[in-house]
Parts: sequence; structure tokens; C-alpha cells
Amino acid sequence: MLHWKKYRPIDWALVAIAVFMPFLPLVDHNGGHINVLVNAGIYMMLAIGLNIVVGFAGLLDLGYAAFFAIGSYTYAMVASPQFGLHFSFWPMVLISAFVAAIFGVILGAPTLRLRGDYLAIVTLGFGEIVPQTFLNLAKYTGGPNGISAIDQPKLFGYHFGLNPLPYYYLVLVLIAFSLIVANNLRTSRLGRAWMAIREDEIAAAHMGINTTTAKLAAFSLGASFSGLSGVVNASLLTLVSPDQFKFNVSITVLSMLVLGGMGSLPGVVVGSALLSILNFFILPQASNLAATVGLHIDFTSYRFMLYGIILVAVMLFKPEGLWGSEQRRAELKESDITKAENAEYEEMPRETV
Amino acid sequence: MAFFALKNVTKSFGGLVAVKTVSYEVQPGQIAAMIGPNGAGKSTAFNLVTGLYVPTSGEIEFNGQSIGGKKPDFVCKLGIARTFQNIRLFAFMTAVENVMAGRHVRMGAMLWDSLLHTPKQRAEERHVREKAMELLRFVKLERHADDYAHNLPYGFQRRLEIARALASDPTLLLLDEPAAGMNPREKEDLMELIRAIRDRGTTVFLIEHDMGLVMNISERIAVLDHGEKIAEGTPAEIRADSRVIEAYLGKSA
Amino acid sequence: MELFIQQVINGLSLGGIYALIALGYTMVYGIIELINFAHGDVYTLGSFFSIAIIGLLDASGRLHGVPLLLVLAVALAGSMILCGIVGVLLERLAYRRLRNAPRLAPLITAIGASFILENIMQLWRGPSPIPFPSVVPNVTWHFGGVNLSSNEVLVVVMALFLMAVLQIFIYNTRLGKAMRATAQDRDAAQLMGININMTIALTFFIGSALAGVGGFVSGIYYGSTWFYNGFEAGLKAFTAAVLGGIGNVAGAMLGGFVIGMVESLTAGFISDQWATVAVFLLLVLVLIFRPSGLLGEVLPDKV
Repeated sequence: MLHWKKYRPIDWALVAIAVFMPFLPLVDHNGGHINVLVNAGIYMMLAIGLNIVVGFAGLLDLGYAAFFAIGSYTYAMVASPQFGLHFSFWPMVLISAFVAAIFGVILGAPTLRLRGDYLAIVTLGFGEIVPQTFLNLAKYTGGPNGISAIDQPKLFGYHFGLNPLPYYYLVLVLIAFSLIVANNLRTSRLGRAWMAIREDEIAAAHMGINTTTAKLAAFSLGASFSGLSGVVNASLLTLVSPDQFKFNVSITVLSMLVLGGMGSLPGVVVGSALLSILNFFILPQASNLAATVGLHIDFTSYRFMLYGIILVAVMLFKPEGLWGSEQRRAELKESDITKAENAEYEEMPRETV
Repeated sequence: MAFFALKNVTKSFGGLVAVKTVSYEVQPGQIAAMIGPNGAGKSTAFNLVTGLYVPTSGEIEFNGQSIGGKKPDFVCKLGIARTFQNIRLFAFMTAVENVMAGRHVRMGAMLWDSLLHTPKQRAEERHVREKAMELLRFVKLERHADDYAHNLPYGFQRRLEIARALASDPTLLLLDEPAAGMNPREKEDLMELIRAIRDRGTTVFLIEHDMGLVMNISERIAVLDHGEKIAEGTPAEIRADSRVIEAYLGKSA
Repeated sequence: MELFIQQVINGLSLGGIYALIALGYTMVYGIIELINFAHGDVYTLGSFFSIAIIGLLDASGRLHGVPLLLVLAVALAGSMILCGIVGVLLERLAYRRLRNAPRLAPLITAIGASFILENIMQLWRGPSPIPFPSVVPNVTWHFGGVNLSSNEVLVVVMALFLMAVLQIFIYNTRLGKAMRATAQDRDAAQLMGININMTIALTFFIGSALAGVGGFVSGIYYGSTWFYNGFEAGLKAFTAAVLGGIGNVAGAMLGGFVIGMVESLTAGFISDQWATVAVFLLLVLVLIFRPSGLLGEVLPDKV
């Protein structure tokens, strides 16, 4: 159902920008700009995926970059001189997403029973283990140097090469696809189950929702988006190394979600676009500007200060983010069910725990 | 095998025995009740049935199957739905979405269908929405279908919770103090609603401490005190039972 | 065998530092059920404060005139008080407003606060490692092939001593009782006339001051620090708190020593590279198989 009147001018502006994006390279011939936009697009895909986990299902995943790493390395290992394998890019997109999803299940199956904050820390631990493991298994992964000379995609004989333009369109298509799929999920049986779990897990279980399975679905679907982005990233950079997948990647993506509005798809797009603009344009420009007046501050090395401020300020003053609904605001402000009421139903020692 | 029965069910939390060897049987098509003063163990009994707690000992049977210790979603799938003493709606979902969420367990859409919105998925969604609207009409909330649950007045929230529970087509509906906080007029409506639910073919089992309401609509009543069943019978028998009068009526009346 | 004993000694001193940090995690979690993500950075701040204070005394040329012990005492006390104040400010500014919000919200602000603190430290002293003034003479004793240094003894003694003080405080003072009551049931405690905000602020103060001690001794022990030090140390200390049974003071101590041991034994017998992985693996396994921790059931009292 569409309620045309509900759309504000700024919504239309967003639509207009989206429609314009495919034509942008016709106007802007600067390869550097296009390259930056591709990077921003990869982050946007990551944000759309993380939104399924954090925004839809309400599970805080602080190790999201681990799946990005898994996707990247999966492709790198089978499409580079590392083992002399040169698998085609296109099937690997799906396969790497699938591999990441499997790791999502492996991590999620035993941990999703945990309370939300413990889950956050477990995922953080996992996020630290994965790049460290890639670093340590130098025989297979190239250790600190990583894997280089990764193959780039070919489409109908056309070689992507070092030109960012084909990547631009590839990422644009993948973002559109991701948004459609994410929106489908949101308005489906599974999406409703996630929302119910986020609101009241005990009540959700009493509606016959298998909360563990539903959370696992969110977790591994989110992971698969991350893995898919990883393949694109690896082929774009033609190089993967463990330091590309540190905690700060997970936090960057989380900050995008929080800024735009967790759970809101337009919010995710806006939040990730804004932070990318800040990252790739404003901060470097500010550093250059400062240098011209004799100030030598590298603002880009303080971007995490900004992320920190965003996380704190948004949660305190506008928890629904820039693009979230009033409903979401109320939801994040105060839980309807008080702790005392929940305690009444909490009997931790089920046999399984 | 009984339709629904508690058999010598005991639940203890550490040293505290909340439910002590309680047995009780509910016949299909009945409106049955369990009453008792606060802290008598009624809610614990419900939580044992729906799988929130695992019984320390004893059996819970439903349609010939032992359900003690089974998980809530499994119990719901078998056909037992419930409401909660302190309303647990999905506060930030609309009324109709709440009821649709209640239908979850009877839906067939798989991950694939949800991802791609297959024709099968779309047809099912349409059907479930219609079904949810029908249930909202049944509890007289159709005008509030698109209101958020937490914006509804208290009495409406109670009715919405019942509609949500009915969405899973339960054969047994557990109502946890459905009349709590209601005024006499609302209680009248509630009794009418409970009878209508039974007439649709759903067995109703409620716990309450409003004696008036229970005596009025129940066909069979069990009385709990300090975790033990002290009496069972028809409303008339319960009214005449001296232990009940002593344990319950004597104090509160 | 010598290697084993040596690694146990190393593990105990590492563990002493983790334990000091873990106490803060466990106290805060016990009282408001928040993983105070910024706590590790408060610990790093403790090192920074200690370095600054010693530097200040040194620069003004007074270090040679003033007895060394007094300098260290001032640095320690200063670090404790300043860290305590940072902790209280964190609670007041970033967490208090979200006390009744869903758990995710304050956790996210805590992560944000952590990044803010790290960047403030980076602004303050730059991104490179900062040496800790080597004012404390480090005596090393040799027992066969095993070395034991006075710094290692200092860390362990300090940790055990402070844990004992904390235990006595929590179980034998009026304020300690208020903390336990608030941890168990905030509303009921309030009805009993306990000032909840004060009690929670006090908990943050004590926890952060202990992290300040941790920062001080780790500075002496390692001889240097850097702004990002608290991320990993904090995560390991949190692991220690969970392992011991979160909310449990003695558990945090025990957990700290176990984590220190796991790390140093892995480093000694497998490889340095896997030490961190081993600790995080342990975190994942503990949360999966025993989320209530080692002492979680023996001593269920919170705080």
C-alpha cells in the first residue's frame, strides 16, 4: 500500500538522487571520484546487511567485519596466484556469500541463546579471532602481506581491469538488489518474526516463533551480505590482508546504521552515504585546508572520534536516527516491559543453558 | 488419554515449592478455571504448560502427548495459545501486525519465499491479513487495525492479546487473569467474548482471582493455595467447600 | 618445567592487571547490567595520568628531592582519583539517561564513549607508544632458570590487596550494603531510602579508580603504553569477569588470573601469535557453555 501523502519533499529528494546515480559518470569523468563512490557503495552494502541483524532482529553484531574477511579471503584464495586457482568471479560471488552464511550459522547456533549484550561481546571476540587467524595461517593466507594479484571480473569477454567504472555499475546493481531483498524480508513472515522477537522475545516464542531459528536466519543472512561485499572488495583492490578487517570496520558500519536509523532502509542508505562523504571527502579536504594555513592535522586519523560522538549523541538524543520513525524512537527510549516483569518469566536454567 | 491434564505436577525454585503435586484435567469444549489467592502458584502452572518453566516432576499431557518441558514455540504449534497477566503485546507493531505475528506458526512461507516474495508468499500474506482482520472484528477492534498496540487503551490491549492468541488456531486457550484491571462493564464484555471463543470450538482455561467472573462462566474450577490444589468441582461445589472459604473467600471477602 | 613455572609467573602478573580491570567491569555490570565498554580505556587513561603526574614532578626537578615512594604514591592516588572522576562523568553523561532503555542502547553509547576516550588520548600524546618513566628500580631474583622480578610481585600483591579491601568494603560497610541492595533490586532499594544515583556513581568511581591502579601498575610492569592499549586489555578483562561469574568480586580476581595464565601458557608453549586467539576463544566457549561463570552459582551475590 502506498500513501503518497506521507512522503516528504526530502524523501523525493532521496529518490531523485537515487535515480540520478546511474547517470553520474556521464557528468563526472573523474576516475578518483568514481573510485571513492565504489568504496562508499561497498560500505553501503555492508550497512544494508548489518541492518538485517541489528535493525530488523535487534541483535548487536560487533564482529561483522569477520564475515567481510571470510568473503574476501574465500575469493582471494581461489582467484589468485596464491594456489594457482582462477575461478570465475560471478559464481564466486554467490559461493562466498554462502560460505560467510555458513560461518554465520557456525558462530550463531551456539551463541544466539545468549542475552543481547553477551552476544555482542561474543561476536566482537569472533571478529578479533578471524583476522588474527588469517594472519597466523601464513602458509595459506600470506600472513601479514595477505594475498595479492587477485583476479578481476570479466563479463562477456569484457575485462574490468583497473577502471573503476564497471565496478561502479556492479556495486549499484548489487545495492539495488540488496535493498529489494532486505525490503522483502522486512515485509514477510520472517521479518514480522524478527520484529516480534525484538519487541518481546518471550511473547514471540509463545506465538510459535522458533526464536533461535529466526535469529540464526538474520545472523547468517547478514553474514552473507558481508561475504558478498567482501568478494567485490577483494577483486576491486586485488589485494586482501588481515588489517583490512579490524574492529574499526565493524564500528564504521554500525555508526552508519545508528546515524541513519537502525531498522530503516532509507535510513541505512542516508547514514552510510553521509559517513562516506565525511570519510572520503570532508575529512581529507579539511586536512588539506588546514595544511594550507600551516596547520598539520590529519583529520582522517580522528574519524573514530566522530564515530564515537555519533554513537553517543544519536543514542542519547535521537535514538531513531536521522531517518527513523517516531515509533522506533519510543521503542528505543524505553522498553515497555520492565525488568521486574521480565524477571518473573526468566528462569535461566533450561537444560540447555 | 486426556485432552489436557496436569498429572502430579511439581515445580520448585531452589527451596521454594511454587506448585506442589497438582493434578487437573480439562475436557474439550469446556471453560475451565483455576483460582487462588496471589502467590498460590497459578501463573507458575501456566508457565509450566507453555514451556517457560520445566516441571520439577510430574506430567503435562495434551492430546495424548507429554508436553512438560517442551519449548514454548513447540507447545504453540501443538495448539495451545495464551495471554499474559501483564499484557505482552508487540507494543510497536500495529494491531493487525500483532495478530498476523500470532499466525506465524500456521504459515508456510520459507526463507526463500520471504526473500523473493514469491506468488505463494504473496497469496499467503493476503490470506493471513484477511484472517487477522476477521479476528479483530471478532474482538471488536477492526477500527483500530492500524493503530500501534501501545497506543490502545488498556481494555483494548487485553482483547488484542486474545485475538493474537486465537490467530494460531489453538484448540486450548490459556487466559492469564484476563479481567485484571477491568471495570464491571468490561468484565461483562469479556465474559461474552470468552463464551464466544468456546462456541467457536476452542477450549478455554483461565486463571483469575476475580471470583465473580470465574463463578459465572466456568464449568469446572480448581482452587490452588500455597501451590497445592485444595479443591476441585463445579462452581456450586466450590462455593460450598469449607477449605476454599477458609483459604480464599474468608480472607478476601 | 622451568618454562612452565616462568610462564605461570608471567601469567600471574598479567592476570593481576586483568583482575584489576575486571573488578570494574563486574561491579558496573552487577549494578546496572551494562558492559561498560569504555572501561578498558579508563584503564589506559590510568597509565596516561600516572605518566603525566610523574613527569610533572620530575620536570619541576623535585623528583630528586622527594622520596621516590612519595612520588609514586602521589601518582597512584592521582591516577585513581582522575580515573574515578572520568568514570563518574561517563555514567552521568553517557549512560544515566538510558538506564531504562533497551539494553542495546547504553551498550552502543559505551562503545561510542570508548572511541571518544581513545581519540582524546591520541590527541593528547599522539599515536605512538609512550614510555613510562623508569623511576621504579626493578629487582630480579633468579631461582635456577626461573626469573622473578619485583614488578611482578608488585602487580600480584597490589591486585590481591585491593580485592581484599573491596570485599571488606562491599560486605562490611553501609555504602557497600547500599551497593548490594541496588544491584539486587533498584526499585526496592530506592524505597528503602537508598540514593540510587549516588550509589551507582560511587560504583563507577570505585571501579574506575581500580582501573586507574591497573593503569599505574601496568605502566610500571610493561614500561610503556599507547592510546589503543585498553581495547584488547579491556576485552580480556571482560572475559575474566565473565569467566569468574559476572557481578562477583572474587570471581573477577580468579578470572583475571586464569586469563593471564591461559595467555602466557599459550604464548610459551604454542606461540605468541595464538595467545590472543586463545583468550577470545575461551571467551566464546565460556559464554556458550557456562555463562554464569566459575563462581556464578557458588556466590550468587551481585556487585
